[in-house]
Amino acid sequence: MSEVIDRPMLEQEAPAKSRLKIIDCDIHPSLHARSDLNPFLSKRWQEHLKTYGDHLRTPYIGTTPYPRSSPLIARRDAWPPTGGPPGSDLDFMRKQHLDPLDIEFGMLQVLDMFIFSQQNLEFGAAIQRAVNEWQLAHWTSREPRLKAAILVGQDDAAAAVAEIERCAKIGQYLQINVSPRANEPLGRRRYWPIYARAEELGMPLGIHVGGYGGHAPTGGGWPSYYAEEHQSNAHSMAATLTSLVLEGVPEHFPRLKIVFIEGGFGWISSTMWRMDQHFERFRAEVPHLKRRPSEYVREHFWFTTQPIDEPDEARHLRSLIEWVGVDRLLFSSDYPHWDFDDPRFAFKTPLSEEERAKIFNSNARALYKL
Amino acid sequence: MAATRIDCDIHPAVGGTRTTLLPYLDDHWKEQVVSRAIDGLDLTSYPPNMPLSGRADWRPKNGKPGSDLSMVQRGAFDQLGASHAICNVLYGAQAVYDPYMAAAFCKAINDWIATEWLARDKRLRASIVIPLQAPDLAIEEIERRAADHRFVSVLVMAQGESLLGRRHYWPVWQAAEKHRLPIAVHAGSQYRSAPSSVGWPSYRYEYYLAEAQAFQAQLLSLIYEGVFLKFPQLKVVLMESGVTWLPAFMWRANKTWRGVRVEVPWVDREPAAIMRDHIRLTTQPFDGPPDAAGVADIIDMIGSDRMFLFSSDYPHWQFDGDDAIPAHLPSAIISRMCADNPLETFPRLSLAA
Amino acid sequence: MARHIVARTTEIPHGRNKVVTLDGRDIVVFHVNGEFFALLNRCPHAGAPLDKAACVARLTSPEPGVYQRSRVGELLRCAWHGWEFDMRNGQSWFDPKRVKVRTYPVVIEDGETLAKGPYVAETFPVHIEDSYVIVET
Repeated sequence: MSEVIDRPMLEQEAPAKSRLKIIDCDIHPSLHARSDLNPFLSKRWQEHLKTYGDHLRTPYIGTTPYPRSSPLIARRDAWPPTGGPPGSDLDFMRKQHLDPLDIEFGMLQVLDMFIFSQQNLEFGAAIQRAVNEWQLAHWTSREPRLKAAILVGQDDAAAAVAEIERCAKIGQYLQINVSPRANEPLGRRRYWPIYARAEELGMPLGIHVGGYGGHAPTGGGWPSYYAEEHQSNAHSMAATLTSLVLEGVPEHFPRLKIVFIEGGFGWISSTMWRMDQHFERFRAEVPHLKRRPSEYVREHFWFTTQPIDEPDEARHLRSLIEWVGVDRLLFSSDYPHWDFDDPRFAFKTPLSEEERAKIFNSNARALYKL
Repeated sequence: MAATRIDCDIHPAVGGTRTTLLPYLDDHWKEQVVSRAIDGLDLTSYPPNMPLSGRADWRPKNGKPGSDLSMVQRGAFDQLGASHAICNVLYGAQAVYDPYMAAAFCKAINDWIATEWLARDKRLRASIVIPLQAPDLAIEEIERRAADHRFVSVLVMAQGESLLGRRHYWPVWQAAEKHRLPIAVHAGSQYRSAPSSVGWPSYRYEYYLAEAQAFQAQLLSLIYEGVFLKFPQLKVVLMESGVTWLPAFMWRANKTWRGVRVEVPWVDREPAAIMRDHIRLTTQPFDGPPDAAGVADIIDMIGSDRMFLFSSDYPHWQFDGDDAIPAHLPSAIISRMCADNPLETFPRLSLAA
Repeated sequence: MARHIVARTTEIPHGRNKVVTLDGRDIVVFHVNGEFFALLNRCPHAGAPLDKAACVARLTSPEPGVYQRSRVGELLRCAWHGWEFDMRNGQSWFDPKRVKVRTYPVVIEDGETLAKGPYVAETFPVHIEDSYVIVET
């Protein structure tokens, strides 16, 4: 490619045959202030929130350990004119994101409060309940396009299951969310009660990047830079995939569907090849696996597309898509984060109408039973 | 003699501290090792009896796979067709906590390799095993071997205490660059903390898969900390890393760098360009797609025929039969990876002994 | 080539910008230290609005830990993915030859000159005592 690139390449230069409604599998609403949770907290926990606050395995009270490249990790144009942080104003989210991009449904992923990583487990349980209630009260009850998830702190499996039961009775939640950076790799048996409930309820298990489980973001120690830490999210997803498959989670819970959110999808094919390549040699360690690892991936796992890979040659993106399989992919924007994918411009390789329909809509529709 | 084919990664095995290494320890460490029964330093990463650690036909009747020189010679040279081979010793001196013990054991390993392997077969070369736990002692060990050109590289683990790009390691890389020694990052862990970013794996299988991510984290560290700017002649060889994760990793690094460059303004060009110049990978295991078209795609995506270095990973069980070259590799790659690329990567490696 | 009056010079403080629509295109006009630059208000990467970009220094470095700043405020970090562009010529940092933002010539003219025409004034009243930013498309 030698021509100058001075305008974004539309995913399809010609107008699409039909206007495609999009299901966005990763939208981040945020609190105006932590006190927004007070209506959903007892006095004791309101007080605790104000005084002790977070207790995470990170150095700072007021910021993420690795400073982001933009304030609050957000697009600079996503600050609502009425005030409040990006993602905190529903009207602005409608105006800037849901309406102009024809978002038919948006799956909410709440990262505020890091409920998955709170060291004080009782506080974590109180906060997760409050966040789950807040999603309904502030978002999904006011905007039918937005869908809530049951967020649970996976490291207290009993409290997690109790919260799942509570939310399942309400019936307004579409998936159950845990963090990949937990105390232990997610395939470990201590987390299985959560998966059992998810399978019984017929709800997908959503795993969104991030969290502070107490391990360095890499297997070789602590990086110095956000540039390193940002990319380490993909590595943690790969490690989580191998843990879930190798421990036998899809083998043991054959009806469980698992969604990886905000990991992108470029790393998946080489991880599958690597798992398969070494399967025979390590077989004796994992006799409970009845099938090749990649088969489990192709039947039980879905992957949201953001952050999309940007190879120099468009046809290489095509290869990545084909290696993973169009059926596995769910479009996501990651609104309002800085590395957000705009559905009009993110796919710099042509997709057929059928592929577009699957990635941007029907795969998610089927998975979340919309 | 057959065509030049340099096997960049084979593993002679240390039988034991009290046996193999004892003659190479000074009187103090001899006494410590014997009276305190200090031994058994095989890395948790590679239990000698697990299938990966030794292909069945490469296991001697007695002793660990890779412990018998004549068997290694028959395997790596006669059977697999190498003309030269680089020895990377994975015994756990690198993981010892006591820095002086680590230094003594690393020295002993290097003395042992030189005396009982390199001196006995002129086709063999070796990586210098160093105590990275104490960077100044690591430099001493490098300086000790610098004049012996049978030592062609410096060996470090993929999962250590700190990421390899960190400043406190820079003097070690400076010494390596000075003596034209590439850094061989090999699969293996010091186990100071979880070898994976999501915690401690249950299985060796799971751990082995996590190695691929550790290599990637090391590359990001080396690049973003500016190691290749400070030491422009330095090359880093990833050994036993799997290869096919590289393209998507390159693109993600480029993508991130474009947006976050202000954090690391000394990184003056795209990470993938830096990788093509400074990073090399041994080809076993390759972790390839099942079809020739997929392999061709991967090679195309990587965008450089100079990054691949032939290896068998002997005696680790990565393949069956006599052909250590991964399936479906284009012939242009094969011809470069067996001789040209290794000779360019290991400038101290001369074909004549 | 059409000449458009887009603002009085005093309307855009240093470090700020104004977005106007000219010939159907959104164009952002920046003011940095008495100079004005006009660029298409769409990042060539994915269409982000550049008027929300961070205006930063040109940052270079001869070695790790050393930060050299120049041309403060003349580099744009795109509001979305942080790509850096030079306001003067629209060139991206990472691939200046191939990836760039479209730029438009800007001149400053005083009211007295403009009062004589020709220009595309839109709804702009022109006072001879003021200076005006003209963008050519």
